[in-house]
Amino acid sequence: MSVIYVLLAISISVALCFFAAFVFSVKKGQYDDVYTPSVRMLFEDELLKDSDKHAHNKEKIKQTESTNQ
Amino acid sequence: MANTTCYHCGDECGKNGVQFDEKEFCCNGCKTVYEIFSSNGLTAFYEIEAKAGTTPNELRGKYDFLDNQEIVEQLVEFNEEGVQVVSLMIPSIHCSSCIWVLENLNRLHSAITVSQADFPKKTIRVTYKTEDFSLKTLVLLLGSIGYEPNISLETLEGKKNVVDRSLIYKLGVAGFAFGNVMLLSFPEYFEVEEFWLDQYKGVFRWLMFAFSLPVVFYAAQDYFISAYKGLRSKLLNIDVPIALGVLVLFLRSTVDVALDLGSGFFDSLTGLVFFLLLGKFFQQKTYAYLSFERDYKSYFPIAVTRLDSNGNEENIQIHKIQKGDRILVRSQEIIPVDCILIKGTAEVDYSFVTGESQAVFKESGEKLFAGGKQQSGVLEVEVLKSVSQSYLTQLWGNTVFSKDKASQFQTLTDSIGKRFTVAVLTIAFLATAFWLFHDSSMALNVFTAVLIIACPCAIALAAPFTLGNMLRIFGRHKFYLKNTNAIERLAQIDMAIFDKTGTLTTNQQETILYEGVELTEDETALLKTTLRASNHPLSRSLYDILKSNAIMTLDEFQEHTGKGIEGKVNQHSMKVGSATYVGKEASSELTHTAVYVSSDEDVKGRFVFKNTYREGVKELFDELGTQYKVGILSGDNDGEQKQLEKILPPQAHILFNQKPEDKLECIEKTQKSHNVLMVGDGLNDAGALAQSNVGVAVSENVNVFSPACDGILDASNLTKLPVFLQLSKKSMQVIKLSFMLSLCYNVVGLYFAVTGQLQPVIAAILMPLSSVSIVAFTTVCTNLLGKKLK
Repeated sequence: MSVIYVLLAISISVALCFFAAFVFSVKKGQYDDVYTPSVRMLFEDELLKDSDKHAHNKEKIKQTESTNQ
Repeated sequence: MANTTCYHCGDECGKNGVQFDEKEFCCNGCKTVYEIFSSNGLTAFYEIEAKAGTTPNELRGKYDFLDNQEIVEQLVEFNEEGVQVVSLMIPSIHCSSCIWVLENLNRLHSAITVSQADFPKKTIRVTYKTEDFSLKTLVLLLGSIGYEPNISLETLEGKKNVVDRSLIYKLGVAGFAFGNVMLLSFPEYFEVEEFWLDQYKGVFRWLMFAFSLPVVFYAAQDYFISAYKGLRSKLLNIDVPIALGVLVLFLRSTVDVALDLGSGFFDSLTGLVFFLLLGKFFQQKTYAYLSFERDYKSYFPIAVTRLDSNGNEENIQIHKIQKGDRILVRSQEIIPVDCILIKGTAEVDYSFVTGESQAVFKESGEKLFAGGKQQSGVLEVEVLKSVSQSYLTQLWGNTVFSKDKASQFQTLTDSIGKRFTVAVLTIAFLATAFWLFHDSSMALNVFTAVLIIACPCAIALAAPFTLGNMLRIFGRHKFYLKNTNAIERLAQIDMAIFDKTGTLTTNQQETILYEGVELTEDETALLKTTLRASNHPLSRSLYDILKSNAIMTLDEFQEHTGKGIEGKVNQHSMKVGSATYVGKEASSELTHTAVYVSSDEDVKGRFVFKNTYREGVKELFDELGTQYKVGILSGDNDGEQKQLEKILPPQAHILFNQKPEDKLECIEKTQKSHNVLMVGDGLNDAGALAQSNVGVAVSENVNVFSPACDGILDASNLTKLPVFLQLSKKSMQVIKLSFMLSLCYNVVGLYFAVTGQLQPVIAAILMPLSSVSIVAFTTVCTNLLGKKLK
C-alpha cells in the first residue's frame, strides 16, 4: 500500500516543476508584455521570404558572373 | 490626382502630392521613408498593414545634445566594450507594421544587433555597437522613418524602478496550492469509509496543511497588513473580516487535523485567497503607455545650447544651467528657465502655462518666463533663475501634487465592510452564547464556523470585477482612467468645471473673419503673394483661406520678426502684421488674435482668428446642465464671454483670466459644497486637475503630453462625458446589487454555521459558488450597461 507515497511524491514533484517554471517565466519578464509576442510570431515568414529573394538575386548575380568567365 | 491617399501614411495627397515608383505620396517626407524601406528590403511594412506609416518631422539640430557623452551615459541602460543598450519611448507605435519594422532595424544599419518592441508600453529596446554608430545616429535614423523617440527630462531622470510582479507571484502560489489541495481533499468529500483511505488520511491532511502555509503567510499577507493598518487607524475596512476569516480558517483547520477532528477547511482557505487575488489582479488594469503622473519634466528638453564667453556653442544638461549663463532658444523650443531676453525678438506662446492662446511679443531686455514656447527665430537669453526655482516649476512644489486622492477616499466596499464586520461578530457571539448554554462542546465549533462562512469573499470581489470591467469598457471608448477608484469618485460628482482653450475649443481648426474695408482683387492677390513668402503659422493659415489664384513675383519682401511682413510689387506695398506695425493704434480690446493689413500705408482692416468650439459642445452642456452644476475656468481673456453664455446653461459660473494658482484655489473653494470634476488640457490646469475630486485631461492625441490627472479622455469622445458619468453611477448600483446577492449566500451559510452543521464540503461548495456567481453577475451587468456607449 505504500505505493501511495510514491504516487504522491511523483504528483507533487511534477506540480512543483510546473510551479518552478511559472516562477522562472515571471522572473524573466515573460508576463510584462503579453501582446507583442502574439504579433511577433506572425512575422518570421515575411522576413524569410524577403531575404530569400535577396539570396536568390545574389545567386543569380553569381551565376551570371560565372557564365561570363 | 484628386482624392488619392498617401501610400505611406494614408493622408490625402492634395495639391502637393508626390509620385514615386508608381505610388502616390502626400509629401516628400513620406516618399523618403518609402525609399528607405524599399531599398532595404522592408517593403513588407506596407503589406502587413496598409498605409500605416507616420510622416517624419524635421529633426535637424534637435538632437545635437546627444553628442554630449555625459547625457548619453545617463540615457543608456548598458554601456560596455563598444556595445550599448537603450530603451526608447516611441509614441507613434500603433500597429503591427510598426512592430515589424522596428524589430528589423538591423536591416537599416549593420551596427544594430537587436531591437525589440514592447507594444503596450510603446517602447523599443535596441542593442548596438558603438563603432561608427551612436545614440544620436540611432535617434536620427528612427526619426527619418517616422518613429521619433520621445526624450525628455523625465526620461533622463529615469524612474528605472523594478516592475512590481509580486501580485503575479502571489496569484501563482495561491493557484498552485488551491489546485493541489482540491485534489488531495477530494477523497474525503465522499467520506468513503474504506480501510486504506482511513489509514492514509493523515498524510493527505498534513500535505494540505503544508500547501496552505505559503498561501496564508505569503499570498494573503497583504490582507493582514491592510487589516492591521486599518485597525490601527481605527477603521474597519473590508480587509478586517477577510483577514479574520483567513486566520480562523487556518487555525481551526490546523486544530482539526492535529486533533483528528476532521479534514479541516484547507480547500476553502486556498480557494478563498486565490479568488480574492484574482479580483485584485483583474482590477489592476493599467494603460502602460499612458502616464497619469506627468509634470513639467516630460515636457521640458533635457539639454540646451549654452554660449560661453567666446561665443562657442555647447550642449549642456538642463540641471547644469546656472544664473548668469547665456543660452540659445531656437524656434519651437521651450524656454526652460526664467530669463532676460538679450538678442532677438521673442514671440512666446504661453498657452501651456497660462491657457492664454495669444502669443506674447517681447523685446530685448524684457523678462521671459519658463514654459513658454518660442514661435519664430532664435533667441539669446541670460538666465535669471535655475530650473527648479523658476515660476512654472515652483507650481509643482504645491502640496496638492503629493496628495494621493485614492487613499483618502472611502470606497463603498470599505463602508459596507464596517457594518458587515460588526454584524458578523454580533452573530458569532450570540450563537456562541446560545451553544454555551445549550451544549458547550459545540460552542467553539459554531464560533469559528460563523467566522469562516461569513468571510466576505463575494463582497470583496463585487467591486473589483464591476469596476475593473467598467474601466475596460471606458478604455474601449477612449476614456482612460488611472484606476478603479476614479470610477467610484466619478459616481459622486455633482459639479463639472471645464477649461476653455484646448478643452472646449479645438486647436485643429480656426475661423478667420475679416473686419474692415473690402480688399480689391489686386490687393488680395498682392496680400496672398506676400503671405506666401512667410513661414509664420498665422501667415500660413491666412494664406490657405484667401481666394486668389494670381501669384505675382515680389519686387521686395521684408520680414520683421515678431512684427509683420511687407511685400512690394509695382510701386504698391502691402504690410501685414501687428496693429502697431501697420500703423494703427493698438486697439484697447485685445480679445482676439488679429492680423492687421495695410495697403500703401493705408490701414484696410484686420483678420480675426477665432478658436472654434468642438462639435457637440452645446449638446454636452445641455445634457450635463440637467443633472450637474457647470462652470468654466479659463486662462484666456473674456473676449468669448457672450459666445460661451449662449452655449452654457443659464446659471453656469464663468471665470476668465485665471492663472494656474487661481484655478486651484477656485476648485478648492467650490469643493466645500460640491464634488468637483475638472476637465482641462494643459499644464495650466495641472493644479486644478490635482485638486479636484476627479481631474480629467482632454487630449487630441492621447500619446502626447497631458498633465497629471485621474483620467485621459480622447477629445473626439468629449461629448460622451455625460454617459460616462451616468455609467459610473450605474456601476455603483451593480455593486450594491451584488452585495445583496452575496448576503443571500451568507444567510444560507450562516444557517449551517449557527446550527453547528457546517461540514468542510459545504464550505467548499458555497464559497466558490458565491464567488463565481458574483463575478458572472457583475460581468453581465456591466457589459449590458456598456452597450449604452455605442
